[in-house]
Amino acid sequence: MTSKVNITINGTPLAVDKGTTILDAAKLLGIKIPVLCYHKDLCIAGNCRVCVVEVVGVSKLFAACATPVWEGMEVLTNSLLVRNSRKHIIELLLSEHNADCTKCYRNGNCELQDLSAEYKITNQHFIDLAHTREYTIDDFSPAIHKDDSRCIRCQRCVRTCDELQSVGALAVINKGDKMKISTFFDKSLNEVVCTSCGQCVIHCPTGALIEHNYIEEVWDAIADPEKYVVVQTAPAVRVGLGEALNLSAGERVTGKMVAALRRLGFNSVLDTDFSADLTILEEGTELLHRLKANLVDKDNKEPLPMTTSCSPGWVKFFEHIYPEMLSHMSTCKSPQQMFGALAKTYYAKKIDVDPAKMVCVSIMPCTAKKFEADRPEMRDSGYKDVDYVLTTRELAIMIKQAGIEFADLPNEGFDTIMGKSTGAGVIFGATGGVMEAALRTVYEIVTGREVPFKDLNITPVRGLEGVKEANVKIEKALPEYKFLEGVEVKCAVAHGLANARTLMDSVKQGKADYHFIEIMACPGGCLGGGGQPIPTTPEIRQKRVEAIYEEDMSMSLRKSHENPEVIGLYKEFLGQPYGHMSHKLLHTDYVERQRY
Amino acid sequence: MGKNILKRIDLIFKEEPDSKNVLKKTLSKSNDELINELIASGLKGRGGAGFPTGLKWKLTAESKSTEKYVICNADEGEPGTFKDREILTQVPYKVLTGMAVCGRIIGARKGFIYLRGEYKYLLKELNAEIKKFHAICDELGLKFRVEVFMGFGAYICGEESALFESMEGKRGEPRNKPPYPSDFGYLGKPTVINNVETLAHTFTIFQHGADKFRELGVKDSHGSKLFSISGDTPTPGIYELELGMTVEDFVNDFGDGDTKAVQVGGASGFCVPRKKFRETRIGYQGKLTGISLPTGGSMMLFNSSRSMYNLLSNYLEFFTEESCGQCTPCRVGTQQLIEGIRAVKRGEKPASYLDKLLALTETMKATAKCGLGQSVANSFQSIVENFREEMIY
Repeated sequence: MTSKVNITINGTPLAVDKGTTILDAAKLLGIKIPVLCYHKDLCIAGNCRVCVVEVVGVSKLFAACATPVWEGMEVLTNSLLVRNSRKHIIELLLSEHNADCTKCYRNGNCELQDLSAEYKITNQHFIDLAHTREYTIDDFSPAIHKDDSRCIRCQRCVRTCDELQSVGALAVINKGDKMKISTFFDKSLNEVVCTSCGQCVIHCPTGALIEHNYIEEVWDAIADPEKYVVVQTAPAVRVGLGEALNLSAGERVTGKMVAALRRLGFNSVLDTDFSADLTILEEGTELLHRLKANLVDKDNKEPLPMTTSCSPGWVKFFEHIYPEMLSHMSTCKSPQQMFGALAKTYYAKKIDVDPAKMVCVSIMPCTAKKFEADRPEMRDSGYKDVDYVLTTRELAIMIKQAGIEFADLPNEGFDTIMGKSTGAGVIFGATGGVMEAALRTVYEIVTGREVPFKDLNITPVRGLEGVKEANVKIEKALPEYKFLEGVEVKCAVAHGLANARTLMDSVKQGKADYHFIEIMACPGGCLGGGGQPIPTTPEIRQKRVEAIYEEDMSMSLRKSHENPEVIGLYKEFLGQPYGHMSHKLLHTDYVERQRY
Repeated sequence: MGKNILKRIDLIFKEEPDSKNVLKKTLSKSNDELINELIASGLKGRGGAGFPTGLKWKLTAESKSTEKYVICNADEGEPGTFKDREILTQVPYKVLTGMAVCGRIIGARKGFIYLRGEYKYLLKELNAEIKKFHAICDELGLKFRVEVFMGFGAYICGEESALFESMEGKRGEPRNKPPYPSDFGYLGKPTVINNVETLAHTFTIFQHGADKFRELGVKDSHGSKLFSISGDTPTPGIYELELGMTVEDFVNDFGDGDTKAVQVGGASGFCVPRKKFRETRIGYQGKLTGISLPTGGSMMLFNSSRSMYNLLSNYLEFFTEESCGQCTPCRVGTQQLIEGIRAVKRGEKPASYLDKLLALTETMKATAKCGLGQSVANSFQSIVENFREEMIY
């Protein structure tokens, strides 16, 4: 039984549950209290003070986000004192902020700018502090840039890096006027434990943390008649892109996205979902290989559990935090990099284009993919396999720049050869999706029957719970896989690096006996990735999840091994999954990294 | 020595050779009796905020938890305050006794002394005292242990919730309140946190009773208090005086004959100009006639050779550096105040800009997350309003 507390807000009485904050109580009445340091994903900080409200009878104001209501509380959200104080606080923030908005990457999508517009802060009452100081601009990372002059010190990035990701690459240093957000020994994000996941970017209210953008490079490549520009699009982009182009959250825009990419001038519009299906065949075969090695041959050079390797933020985290466990990670490249390695070999040959003149661009919901594409290991085609990685946001910018009315576009289909996919490739975009796709295929390879879940929907691995588990018992295995008869394949899924750490710590301590673990660096998986439209909130992630599974259900093929183009690829080029050519192009190894 | 206009009190530093007996006698009384005694004494926090000590202990005793803590705040960081280190040097057993009694009352077995980083030289002797005290506790069958936690020199860590954060190994940043320490203190457990002097006073009260304590001082400001007296005075030092004195009596006693202003309560306190000496008393807010100023004990005297502009800019530099930096009004507000008075002084901003800054301090007072940011307004307003010409010319 929860006890109710009676309060009034701006004179209107209401009863709310004990422990409700003033901010949430006001929402119930449709009263919006502005916030900056508050984000639904994060713990309460109460440090920006923008949400201050008056409580009748108390001379101090209270931060609405941080203050639980009490019996008889009379809240005023728009009194003269509140208005004047709030305006002062916004003015103070602006005085310390590099408010050259027209030159800011986040111009038009900035919470401070919105607030300033709302409160009509039209003249600078206070002394401009922003332009009299020296600020660090860190643009060394291929993924994330940090500009301290645009930082309002709300610490959303710090809380994100710490709470959601348990990385702690970003922290507060110094105090007073010198207080700022920094890294270990003030090093560049490129040199510290930062995983490039970009969660700090989608949680930053201003332009202090942004992606390293490659928009101009891609425009240049498109405009170059010598170049053949191939583009691939990740599964989660199609359920997020619409948000950045004035459509509602969770709208599936696959067909329009393809149409837009053609109109932007890409020569081939292909699909990372294709290489997601391919990943399942490689990774599924690797899993069977490891199961046999461990269970039958008692050889644990490639130990269990095997973890997925699709999420480059997770891969880098693993290299930093668990360097002694690298052999647990699947050697499979991510779908992006499998695509890149094949684009400049198999695909180039098929369409008769000189791979030296091919530019491979990928559209990703991710900033870590930028880092991944830059890894020295990712040049197995003889060239840089993926040349440029754009986030969902950057694609939206290009579509706007090109003057394309996105909402009015027709639905078009991907080009062939590496454009066909199944529902299994699509669900890579949601947490649990790789696991589900792998189980759909592996179970069928082993038993010759479909995985025993209604409509192939393996619901235990779905949803936004931090760590999920599923056990699949192998029964009536085909002769080749008799060693798995009766084996209960134990699977676990985690998303968000803090959950990943919890899960992997239990593996490391020998407390868990999983066979297969899927981990995605970002909350919700790729659909909540650091390259997705801003804002990304729990509600928005939920809508994108629904869209991903709708997309899966809409596909005629829903199992990776049934993808005809993948079947063709093996027949014509690769031979066997996990075979010689695959090892050359589709698998990789990892490096031990330091923990700072 | 001073002119002895004000009565010198000798309670705090008075040696008590048999402190064990005081503890024993005190422990023979019930918790309710002791809390009532403390409430009856009217003792208020001597760190400067003046929260009633008995009520603080009572609230924490009522808070339900199997794990509670008693913390002695010895961070003594307010500019111009230097009394707590003297208490810890001369009569540490009084503080320890106060902590142990508090521990029994609220249900805490562990106490900490959060010692200012600069007082590290006290550590060795303090630990020896604690060892002796533990033996007494054991002898009396009281399960209570005290440990010293060293601060590292940040002013903000004297703020109680920042102090908890610091003890928990985190960055010393104040927390949102509520919840208050009586419910959610160190490690999220109910915690009594008292200033060194407050705890020393509880010893006196338990030893001699509430009435003896109430004999001193005035209504709403009972008892005596240690004052750290510095600045333009022939007799700087630590003095125990009755609360409720007027600044005029104080200046007549301790001034150098040319006192222009007294800063009561350090950088976060108030500046009293000569014309207000008579009407201003030292004590807690109450129904006294005239103005009553609380103080952690810092009394700084300034004579006519001193520039009040320099004084204010010194304080503001201090705050600009010592703000933890997390909340907007304090981090940016302090910078705007210092840059603002400099701009006015240089003639880059009109004198009327001071009024904008005064309005800004009202916002800081109302919206800053903790006492540091809220109290910047005290010295700023009292100096700018009383010495406006000095700010401009």
